[in-house]
Amino acid sequence: MAKLRQCAIYGKGGIGKSTTTQNLVSALAELGNKVMIVGCDPKADSTRLILHAKAQTTIMSLAAEAGSVEDLELEDVLKVGYGGIKCVESGGPEPGVGCAGRGVITAINFLEEEGAYDDELDFVFYDVLGDVVCGGFAMPIRENKAQEIYIVCSGEMMAMYAANNIAKGIVKYANSGSVRLAGLICNSRETAREDELISALAAKIGTTMIHFVPRDNVVQRAEIRRMTVIEYEPQAKQADEYRQLAIKIRDNKNFIIPTPITMDELEELMMEFGIIDQEDESIIGKTAAAEASA
Amino acid sequence: MAALTREETEALIQEVLEIYPEQAKKDRAKHLAVNDQSLEKSNKCITSNRKSLPGVMTIRGCAYAGSKGVVWGPIKDMIHISHGPVGCGQYSRAGRRNYYVGTTGVNAFGTMNFTSDFTEKDIVFGGDKKLAKIITEIEGLFPLHKGISIQSECPIGLIGDDIEAVAKKGNKEINKPVVPVRCEGFRGVSQSLGHHIANDAIRDWVLENRDGDDSFPTTPYDVAVIGDYNIGGDAWASRTLLEEMGLRVVAQWSGDGTIAEIEKTPKVKLNLIHCYRSMNYIARHMEEKYKIPWIEYNFFGPTKIAESLRRIASHFDDTIKEGAERVIARYEAEYQAVIDKYKPRLQGKRVMLYIGGLRPRHVIGAYEDLGMEVVGTGYEFGHNDDYDRTIKEMGNATLLYDDVTGYEFEEFVKKVQPDLVGSGVKEKYIFQKMGVPFRQMHSWDYSGPYHGYDGFAIFARDMDMTINNPCWKQVKAPWKTAASSEAVKAVA
Repeated sequence: MAKLRQCAIYGKGGIGKSTTTQNLVSALAELGNKVMIVGCDPKADSTRLILHAKAQTTIMSLAAEAGSVEDLELEDVLKVGYGGIKCVESGGPEPGVGCAGRGVITAINFLEEEGAYDDELDFVFYDVLGDVVCGGFAMPIRENKAQEIYIVCSGEMMAMYAANNIAKGIVKYANSGSVRLAGLICNSRETAREDELISALAAKIGTTMIHFVPRDNVVQRAEIRRMTVIEYEPQAKQADEYRQLAIKIRDNKNFIIPTPITMDELEELMMEFGIIDQEDESIIGKTAAAEASA
Repeated sequence: MAALTREETEALIQEVLEIYPEQAKKDRAKHLAVNDQSLEKSNKCITSNRKSLPGVMTIRGCAYAGSKGVVWGPIKDMIHISHGPVGCGQYSRAGRRNYYVGTTGVNAFGTMNFTSDFTEKDIVFGGDKKLAKIITEIEGLFPLHKGISIQSECPIGLIGDDIEAVAKKGNKEINKPVVPVRCEGFRGVSQSLGHHIANDAIRDWVLENRDGDDSFPTTPYDVAVIGDYNIGGDAWASRTLLEEMGLRVVAQWSGDGTIAEIEKTPKVKLNLIHCYRSMNYIARHMEEKYKIPWIEYNFFGPTKIAESLRRIASHFDDTIKEGAERVIARYEAEYQAVIDKYKPRLQGKRVMLYIGGLRPRHVIGAYEDLGMEVVGTGYEFGHNDDYDRTIKEMGNATLLYDDVTGYEFEEFVKKVQPDLVGSGVKEKYIFQKMGVPFRQMHSWDYSGPYHGYDGFAIFARDMDMTINNPCWKQVKAPWKTAASSEAVKAVA
C-alpha cells in the first residue's frame, strides 16, 4: 500500500475550510481511500458532516474529564463516520481562557503515541483554525506531520491576504523540514474574474489553483442535514466538483516551497483585477468633516 | 600572594576575557572592573542589571524566585500558592532557611509547599477554576492562615489566567487578603524584577489595609525592619539590639514576619532597610505616601553595627542615642573577645565574594573586623546603585564582577588565589574540589545567624573553621602523589 499522505488545510476564518475538507474527504473515501480527519480548532466543527453530529467529543475535553490525556484510549476519541472516515477533534478551551495551541499539540502527540496513524490509512487531513496565532496551530506542519498544505481562499481581499500570510508561515517550516505548499483551493464567493485572480496569485506564490469550487446552494442544504453533498445528493453537480478536487489532490505531485509576495505586490495584483482602487494619498487620515470643509 | 596592582588586575580581566568571541567579549568587558575608590558613580566603570548571555553559565535566578523565594515566602502566617507546574515550588521549598516561630501547618506555613500543580489540561483550559478551588480548600484545611498570595509561574503569563479576578473573589469569600503576584519567571533579567513586582503587589494589595484605622497604639520609637529575611535567625539577632536601645520593632519584613505587621508598617516613625536591593521600592513608596523616612543599616560585624546603631539613633531623641551607646558598650567585651580569639588565626586572609544583591558589600566590614581583606566581589542581580555603594567599601585595585560567569569566576579564583571564597551552593563544590575553602553566603552554609553581635561570633567561628580546617592539607589530586606518578612512568 502507498505511503500515508498527511495534508493540512489552512485559510482565513469562515472561508469554508471545514465544509470543503469534509466534502473532499468524502469524495476520497468514495474512491476507496482510507482517510482520517483531525480537527485542530477548539470549536470542534471539522467532523460534524461526516458523523452527522453537532460536535464530536474532543480529545481535550475527554482528557479534562478523565484527569489527564494519558488516561485516554484511542477508541474513546476516534469515531468512524460516512465512508469509513475516521474522525477526531483536538478540542480546547472556550474563547479567552487557557491555551488552545497547547491543546492541538497535546492532541496530536496523543494520536501519534496511541498509533492512530496506522498502516491502513491513505490520507490524514488536518483542518486547522483560521489564524495561525501561535506555535500550537503550526503543529500540523512541523516535522513529520503534514507534508502537503492546501490553502482555501476566494477572490476577496482578506482571503488573499490570509493565503499569502499562510504561505509565509510555510516557508519558515519548509526550510527546516519537508512541508510543502500543494496548491490553492478557490472556494468561490462569486467575485469578478475570481478564477483568473486566484490562478494569478497562485502563480506568483509558485503554486497552482488546484481547483475552482463554484458556489452552490446544495452545500447549504446538505449542511443543514449535517451531511456532505457527496452523501446527501451524490448526483448533484457540486458533488462532482468535490470529486474532481479529490482526484486532483490524489494525483497531485506539485509540492513546492512557496514564494510569498510583498504587500505592495499583492495590492498591485488586486488593483489589476479591480478588487481595490488605486490609493489616493491625499485622503489618508482625513475625517469626513475635514473633507466636507475642504 | 601579594595584592594585585591596578595594572595587574586590569591585565587579569583582559586575560580572562580573551577566550570569548568578539561580541561576548565586548559585552562581558562592561561587567568587569577594577575598583577605584575615587569614583562617585559606578556607571563610569561597570554595567549591571542586563540580560545574561546565553551559554555563559550565569548564576542568576528568576522573577518567581525573587517574589516567592525572597520577599513573600518568609511571611509566615500567609499561604503562598505557587501557581503553575509543581517544580518551581517544590524545588525551592524551604531552601532559604527563613527561620520562624510558629506551628508549621497550623498557624505558620513557611516550609510547606502549596501549588496548583498544573498538568496539560490546566494549560489548555486555564487554571482559574482550580486556583479558586485551592483558595476554598486552604480556608477549610488551614483555618488559622491569615491570607494567601498567588505566585505566578511562567505559564500563567502565557495562558493569561485572570488571577486578579480570582484573588478579588477569593478575598470576598474568605474575608482575608488574597494577593495576586505577576512574577512569571521569564520577566526581567534576574530575580531582581521579582523583588520589585513583589514590592508593588504589597503596595497595591496589602499596605493600605489599615489606612484611616488608628486603633493600633503607636509610640515615638516605632520602627520597621525591612529586608531582613531571618536566615538562620538573622532578624532575631538584629531585633534584640534595636529593642535594647529603646526602639519598638513593629514589623519584620519579611523574615519571621506576619501580614498584620506589614499592614501596620505605615504607622512607624522610621523604616530601617537592611537588604536595599530587594525592598528599597516599598521604602521609597512609604516615604512618598506616608512621609516615613528610611535609612540603610548594616549589622555585619561590630564596626558596621556600631556605625549603624548611631546612625539609627540620630533619627531619635537622647534616650535612644544613649541607648545606642549603652548597647555598644554592653557588647564590647563580648565582640572584643571574638576578635581576640579569631583575628590572629585569620589576619591577612584574602576573600573573594559573589553573592546576590546586598552581601557583596555588606559583609566586607565583618571580614575587616577579623583582619581579613575582600579582594574581589560582585552581584548576581545588583543594579548600579548597589555598585555605587560598593566602590567605597572595597579597596583600590580590587576586582568587581557583575553577573559573573562560571568560567570567569573560576579563572579569577585561580589567578587571585584567595584564602576563602564566599558564594552559593552551585559554586560551592567546584571551589572545594579545587582545594579552595568555601562558605555558602546565601544560606550561611546551614549555620547563622550572622547579623548582630550574636551573629558576629558565629560568623567568626565559621570562617576560622573553614579556612583553618585541616582537611585542606589533605586535598591533593591523586595524580599528583609520588606513588601514582611512579606508576604512570612504569606504564609508559
